[in-house]
Amino acid sequence: MAGSSFRLPSGGAIDRSSSLSFEFDGKSYRGFQGDTLASALMANGVRLFGRSFKYHRPRGIIALGSAEPNALVEMRGDARREPNIQATMVELYDGLVARSQNRFPSLRWDVMAVNQLASPFLQAGFYYKTFMWPASFWEPVYEKLIRRAAGLGRAAEAPDPDHYEHTHAHPDVLVIGAGATGLSAATKAAETGARVMVLDEHAALGGWLNHEDGEIDGAPYKAWLDRQVSTLETKENVEVLKRTSALGLYDDNMVLALERVSDHLPEPLAGCARQRLWIIRPQKIIVAAGAIERPLTFVNNDKPGVMLASAAQGLARCYGVAPGKRIIIATNNDGGHRTALTLQQAGIDVAAVADARETLSLCAEESQSAGIAVHTATMPQKALGGVEVSGVRLRGLTSEKTLDLDCDVIAMAGGLNPNIQLLSQGGKRPLWQEDIQAFTAEPSDDAISTVGACRGIYNLAACVEDGRLAGEAAARDLGLSSTAAPSVRIEPSAIDIAPVLEAPKPPGTRGKAFVDFQNDVTAGDIRLAVQEGYESVEHLKRYTTLGMATDQGKLANVNGLAVLADARNEALPDVGVTRFRPPYTPTSIGAFAGHHRGKTYQPIRRTAMHSAHEECGATFVEAGQWLRPRYYARPGEDMLTAIKREATAVRASLGVCDVSTLGKIDVFGPDAAEFLNRIYINNWLKLPVGKARYGVMLREDGHLFDDGTTSRLSDDHFFVTCTTANAGRVLAHMEHASQVLFPELDVVFCSATEQWCGVALAGPNSRAALSKLVDGADVSNDALPFMGVTETTIEGVPARLFRISFSGELAYEINVPWGAGNMLWRRIMEVGAEFDITPYGTEALSVLRIEKGHIAGSEIDGRTTAADAGLGRMMAKKAFIGKAMANRPGLTAASRPALVGVKPISTHDRLRGGAHFVAAPKAREQESLGWVSSTADSPAMKGWIGLGFLKGGTARIGERLFATYPLKDEMVEIEICSPIFVDPEGERVRG
Amino acid sequence: MHRIPCPWCGARDESEFQYQGDASVRRPNPEAENSDMSDYVYFRENPKGWHLEYWHHVGGCRQWLVVERNTATHEIKSARLARSGPEER
Repeated sequence: MAGSSFRLPSGGAIDRSSSLSFEFDGKSYRGFQGDTLASALMANGVRLFGRSFKYHRPRGIIALGSAEPNALVEMRGDARREPNIQATMVELYDGLVARSQNRFPSLRWDVMAVNQLASPFLQAGFYYKTFMWPASFWEPVYEKLIRRAAGLGRAAEAPDPDHYEHTHAHPDVLVIGAGATGLSAATKAAETGARVMVLDEHAALGGWLNHEDGEIDGAPYKAWLDRQVSTLETKENVEVLKRTSALGLYDDNMVLALERVSDHLPEPLAGCARQRLWIIRPQKIIVAAGAIERPLTFVNNDKPGVMLASAAQGLARCYGVAPGKRIIIATNNDGGHRTALTLQQAGIDVAAVADARETLSLCAEESQSAGIAVHTATMPQKALGGVEVSGVRLRGLTSEKTLDLDCDVIAMAGGLNPNIQLLSQGGKRPLWQEDIQAFTAEPSDDAISTVGACRGIYNLAACVEDGRLAGEAAARDLGLSSTAAPSVRIEPSAIDIAPVLEAPKPPGTRGKAFVDFQNDVTAGDIRLAVQEGYESVEHLKRYTTLGMATDQGKLANVNGLAVLADARNEALPDVGVTRFRPPYTPTSIGAFAGHHRGKTYQPIRRTAMHSAHEECGATFVEAGQWLRPRYYARPGEDMLTAIKREATAVRASLGVCDVSTLGKIDVFGPDAAEFLNRIYINNWLKLPVGKARYGVMLREDGHLFDDGTTSRLSDDHFFVTCTTANAGRVLAHMEHASQVLFPELDVVFCSATEQWCGVALAGPNSRAALSKLVDGADVSNDALPFMGVTETTIEGVPARLFRISFSGELAYEINVPWGAGNMLWRRIMEVGAEFDITPYGTEALSVLRIEKGHIAGSEIDGRTTAADAGLGRMMAKKAFIGKAMANRPGLTAASRPALVGVKPISTHDRLRGGAHFVAAPKAREQESLGWVSSTADSPAMKGWIGLGFLKGGTARIGERLFATYPLKDEMVEIEICSPIFVDPEGERVRG
Repeated sequence: MHRIPCPWCGARDESEFQYQGDASVRRPNPEAENSDMSDYVYFRENPKGWHLEYWHHVGGCRQWLVVERNTATHEIKSARLARSGPEER
């Protein structure tokens, strides 16, 4: 071990027989099982842990647990590298590697510490003041400067190799915090048979019981604690979660908690999650989150060696580590004296206690009789020393005398803040309790209770009793206990504490007194902000960033309010409070994402014929959650060649395309036709059975919503299809119409998208192929004419045939039950072989529909109307959703861009979707006449073609204009034409 | 996270639902003045306090519910099927 060992000869909950090796900033050290990274480094005499965020000041540890604002380190390496981890929360393991952050070139010699010299520019509101102008400096200069100076660690640059999981729990009683109070509450509730969940952020339960000696119910703390824990852990109705932090309390009492399953190991065990996010829905919540000690506000109170008294005491008691060689304690209550005595008993030299109170308390007299010098009415004016503390200047609050003392640790006991963070998140307003100089928050909900130190009860026996009563009350409310409710509640008793105050700073005193250590906010910043008019606590918070760091101001907020109150010359409770935000403690994004990342980000939907497509060499494209074949390249073929070959084959002979992803909805009921009449713009009442019709839906605001083919299978049974992208939305829209708008109609419907799979069989040979496919059904032009629908079988499997066409060729859509998809595909390939059948993907499908002038998603873009898309004549004389709004003057104006076809004058030019129509070939400053919505390199037209929306619409057919695409600096001369490029008379589909 | 008391499914997590906005709107007769339709399509109440809201149980029974919810306290007083028609407030 290093020469300057601070390890005490005995004490601490560490296993001295298990020595571990670890590395910090490239240097090797040793510690023990049971240490944290912070305690192990302190044991080795390392007190400098990092540099501060703004001024790059040297920092050590201040607190011991999750309240720690300073000792943030970068853990592990490579893909597991993780910044901003509190060294006080890292359990030591053999081989641990950590680095300090925010320093260059080294922790001890940091060049950015010159920021301190520039500090007049970095004071409150510095972002607003310093980096105002010129605007052109933002990206090249300021941003780089800020990033360099204000970085907090480095994230990993490779994907996280670990996994994080989510799990749900529904206990009867959730106890948050397993200190004396929480354990007592959990034990009591568990005795009644309630299903109890207890969580605590530490690996060792017991909270403050581990920090000092005493007795509960006649047993020493340790014995009592061991008994409670072993009782709880053996009960089947109790779940104890260690290393688990409650992150947030949400609506309807949902609690989110993070279990650090594997963070104490070099890497997770095989199959184990790194962390687990618990989503907990308890019947009753008992918040036993304890209290957090406050620092004192004096100059240089951030120097390594200045720490909370509770942290100094915890180092000695929990880890057997001396916080220093010579300690001076600054306090305003009895807590500092208890620390003094505890440290002295552990063999540590406590030189003096500076007590802000004027008279000696009983506890202070105990310190005195133990030989510790007690200075009353005294506060530290300033911590002395270079990088680390080497002394303190004390100053009398009334006498104004100063006294310089040597020490290497200043332990601050500024009183306790009940840990009301979870309640504050839920909007419970904190109430100032003058008696204890702290805020408490009472839940307004019967399902939640706060107990123990968390509501200002600091006497351990009272805490234990308070916990018991809460456990019993929970059981009573759940009907598990019939004991009578106690007539009186335990109330917090007043404590002897001096008011929260910034230490006096005589005129001319230089240096910074920190309030928010993590965000580098000083008392001076708060006073300056008030001077500049940021008096409101909410303004102050945002202007100075007070309490906005990852620690949420656990240490900072009350001290900040005290300075604000002083600057405003008001009482502390009168200046207001800000609200804590979840999460309670910094949480990795991975934990929130859980398994929703990468390939498991969302479900992948595959059609029934997916494996057949793979065998045909398909390249897939994501269409929402679906995977659809995009094209089927043959060996040596590139994408564009494959698409052209597929589109050509359909027009020449026969193609087959999987259209299973189309939204399908079965609609039944006597009012089914009337219902469709109200949601489509066209008529459905007279559609004969066995016929399909193209339908268009509008949104209520009059714009195009969706289109598709809908068939009548019997008088009261329709089969609606809609686009793949809108399948969910159309169903929801119909549910709204049926349940909210027209509940009087007798109609029911359900999604059949995943019940029926389907293919489009398209091309001049499709009828010949189809006749061989079906089990003897007549598919002649007379029996199954254009827009005809019939039900038959294929290999004995029920099948629906729809003679509809998206490509413009003679075509059929064939539906069979989902499970028969592969059979259908195989049979089609067999019967199509003689026609050289070609599978085609979404790209060829798109080429074909553009050639035919059919609109799709690029045309139904949310801004276009039926009239814009050339479908105005379909709007029937009847009431339908969107009709009233579609007739607004702005949506019917003749000047609106309407659907046209477009092709370049030169066959070498290509068209791009998104290009704008303009009158002249100038790059800028001319009116857009419309836009190109879809384009295709058309084999049928032997060049690029497009669809677009042009002011004046089809009246301008034959005109020459330009399509400009400034992103690529392109200007293409074009001719406006009919949007139907192929077979404008529609002879092929009817043939 | 809210728990919404669905009349069909019981108390279910908010994540099963899609919020669908102000349920106090009434679709006018389709032959109504354009301005009435315009109000219906575009104008929504956004009160602080008690409010009627549509919640669509997309991850459950697919019913549109009218939920009486306090936008300030997030308290939920009632939930009923929208198909049961408007109720006097």
